[in-house]
Amino acid sequence: MSEHNHHDLDHHDEEGPHSTFSGYMLGFLASIILTAIPFWLVMADVLSSRNATVIVILGFALVQILVHMIYFLHMNFHSEGGWNMLSLIFTLVLLFITLAGSLWVMYHMNANMMPGMMSGGA
Amino acid sequence: MSHSAVVPAAGESKFEFLVRGEHHVANGTLLGFWLYLMSDCLIFAALFATYGVLSQNFAGGPSGADLFDLPLVALNTSFLLFSSITYGFAMLQMQQGKLKGTVIWLSITGVFGAAFLGLELFEFYHLIHEGAGPQRSAFLSAFFTLVGTHGLHVSFGIIWLITLLVQLRKHGLTNANRRRLFCLSMFWHFLDVVWIGVFTIVYLMGSLS
Repeated sequence: MSEHNHHDLDHHDEEGPHSTFSGYMLGFLASIILTAIPFWLVMADVLSSRNATVIVILGFALVQILVHMIYFLHMNFHSEGGWNMLSLIFTLVLLFITLAGSLWVMYHMNANMMPGMMSGGA
Repeated sequence: MSHSAVVPAAGESKFEFLVRGEHHVANGTLLGFWLYLMSDCLIFAALFATYGVLSQNFAGGPSGADLFDLPLVALNTSFLLFSSITYGFAMLQMQQGKLKGTVIWLSITGVFGAAFLGLELFEFYHLIHEGAGPQRSAFLSAFFTLVGTHGLHVSFGIIWLITLLVQLRKHGLTNANRRRLFCLSMFWHFLDVVWIGVFTIVYLMGSLS
């Protein structure tokens, strides 16, 4: 345990995360693949169902965001004493409320409007 | 021992938030900057929500499927991706204390960023020229606001990058400059993350309808 402390002290004046070439390359290759596939799915019109395509490309986006977070932004549970991750989780909760809440409320408002007002409502 | 929270380490638990061996952060800048990015994230959340709500309100005007040029967007996306990895290389050079390598990779990153911005401005000009400006429909207002805000962030990122190049030339890889490079690194990669949302939700999903 004391060895571990010593190791930490060695890097005391070295701020920020330690990056590696392999980490960046791994993230880069993964994100190229994760970008290329959704573009291909949409441009070549691979899946016949629109909804299936939407779900798949949203899934790819989510995975790619995770890849960027881990390999480029170096997110983990112990940087800055865990406060990075805590603030990220807090932000994600707010993000979810903002997005889901807005879409949900506005969808139902649109759906409940009088039929005559539905077309071309801007 | 200055660490008061001495917990007997039961193996290497990966999900501890406050790990015992963690020293206090010497400088709060990186955490503070991260908090700024999180608040920036909320701006984009609001803009994405606005876009999501208004994305089908074409007011009889053109839809995303009519307007978007996906090969152009793919090219733009690759510019931003390449700029992310070149920034990574700049950080690796910085870690090794190589000033020249840092400056070179940082400059390449700036060029990719500028290419991205140029292509986006070209797209905006093209759209407005076709009569599909932000005043055409609610969909286009939301589109220009969301994509424009991202582009504005990239512009400020490039200005910051140029400023740092001057700083590096003047003072070298000092501790302060390293910290600034870390902050810009977070900013740059964060913009890339936002762009993933933009190209998926705005361009790809918009082209589907």
